[in-house]
Amino acid sequence: MSAVITASAVPRRAGPWQRAARKLARRRGAMLGAAIILGFIVLAVFAAFIAPQDPIATSWGAIRKAPSADHWFGTDEIGRDVLSRVIWGTQASLMAGVVSVSISLLLGVPIGLAAGFIGGGVDALISRITDAFLACPFLILAIALAAFLGPSLSNAMIAIGVSATPIFVRLTRAQVLNIKVEDYIEAARAVGNPPWRIALRHVLPNIVAPLIVQATLAIAGAVIAEASLSFLGLGQQPPAPSWGSMLNTAKNYVDNAPWMAIWPGLSIFLLVLAFNLLGDGLRDALDPRQR
Amino acid sequence: MTDFLIKRIATILPTLLFVSMLIFGLQQLLPGDPALILAGEEQDPSVIAYLHEKLHLDEPLPMRYAYWMGGVLKGDLGESVRNQQPVLDLVLQKLPVTLELALLAFSIALLIGIPSGIVSAVGRGTVWDTAANVFALWGISTPNFWLGILMILLFSVQLGWLPASGYVSPFEDLRANLAAMVMPAFVLGNGIAAVLMRHTRSAMLQVMSADYVRTARAKGLNERTVVLKHALRNALTPIITLGALELGTLLSGAVLTEQVFTIPGFGKLIVDAVFNRDYAVVQGVVLVTATAYITLNLLADLAYFAVNPRLRS
Repeated sequence: MSAVITASAVPRRAGPWQRAARKLARRRGAMLGAAIILGFIVLAVFAAFIAPQDPIATSWGAIRKAPSADHWFGTDEIGRDVLSRVIWGTQASLMAGVVSVSISLLLGVPIGLAAGFIGGGVDALISRITDAFLACPFLILAIALAAFLGPSLSNAMIAIGVSATPIFVRLTRAQVLNIKVEDYIEAARAVGNPPWRIALRHVLPNIVAPLIVQATLAIAGAVIAEASLSFLGLGQQPPAPSWGSMLNTAKNYVDNAPWMAIWPGLSIFLLVLAFNLLGDGLRDALDPRQR
Repeated sequence: MTDFLIKRIATILPTLLFVSMLIFGLQQLLPGDPALILAGEEQDPSVIAYLHEKLHLDEPLPMRYAYWMGGVLKGDLGESVRNQQPVLDLVLQKLPVTLELALLAFSIALLIGIPSGIVSAVGRGTVWDTAANVFALWGISTPNFWLGILMILLFSVQLGWLPASGYVSPFEDLRANLAAMVMPAFVLGNGIAAVLMRHTRSAMLQVMSADYVRTARAKGLNERTVVLKHALRNALTPIITLGALELGTLLSGAVLTEQVFTIPGFGKLIVDAVFNRDYAVVQGVVLVTATAYITLNLLADLAYFAVNPRLRS
């Protein structure tokens, strides 16, 4: 009861999250990024209503037709509508970005917390394993994982997620090491909180900001990585549409059907740009030290 | 100095050990009996039995790792199931091609990234700064395989200036080699240039406000000397360390670039191996790239040492 009285009696100052949100709203780049992402989410969710045609329906009478009133983005090598495929392809790209990074977060944050919080031998072991993962170039590791797991969109997402995990382990560990020595952690320990409670209730909330920034930028990386794997034939399998695999086919027709290459590539570029803009904006708003 | 060197080299040994375990462990991801997959479509029982024997598949996992690692240490990375060639030979055949591509790409990245970073930091808030930042954003957001296709469309299909594919060894015909490599190198270097530009900009902004830069200006040195001799030299250390991390991006990017421009390097080797289910080759390529990456980072640390006299004493 007394807490309620205090809260209403003292004029409330904006919390750090509100201040960050206001800062973010003032950044035009970040807002543009957010708007583009929102647009792609709408496309992905309502693809069935927005796409003018069936993305996998072939039409032998309309092979590699240039953009026209019937097919705004033209048609591909077996007469499918490029616009409809680009719209449906949004699903694979967005899902790959979000699911891969969720995998990285779910694996990387607990491991990084353990390394930073427990320290000693556990930390040394985790750090060496992280170094080993980081020593394998990201995409090459993802290709190898996707190759051994077998080509499919879900395996591509697992491969990208696992390959990106070490970055989150490192970031979490470094943040934990910084926070661990703060007085309030000492205080939490002194009043008898068990270690797991300190880690989850006192350390974790204080390292969320850099994790959000890194996750947003990692989604941009994951979208490119999924497109790359699909471009190599290791992601979404035909005939399901994905931007990367559309570019893979388009490459062979670049001299007589350039429209097949332009739109899927532009879509990847826009989506990745949007996440990068939002990530940069979030960094400025949430984590001024990293500027 | 020797202490530092020994310590630094000692840290890479456990990393290499875990890398080898990781790469060996990839095999365990294959569903079922690897021999069945490696034996191909005919599933000849004698071939399967032979593979079991040869790959020690009936022995416990740690023993199999020991056999595999023992081979790796002797330079035996196994052999390609496709053409029975030793994996190491295949990798070494393709390596020079990728190295040339990577070297050209990195040079382009340095030539674009560092000057644009300097210009953007020195002219902070000007049109140049904005232009450089837009370029950086474009660079990190453009998938390089798409940029490759666009460049082929412009320079090969429309203008007819450069070949879209067709790698020629530089020892055969240097001109033809460079003509075939300039687009891939630019495509690969573009994204790295963007990252280098960002690192250079922030490192330069930091040193430009340092006391010694103010002193240099107060001495009446011209701005050019202040920026290039006093500021840049000090900004170089973080640029080298962060730039070295981009070497991984370079190797990853090479896989895609080689695919777009049909360059017979490392990247094509791993992609072809993936589709031929030639798992020993996939493992070999990952092992060699990881080792190369670790070595290059070690070299970067040594370069860091060379440009920073304070560390030498």
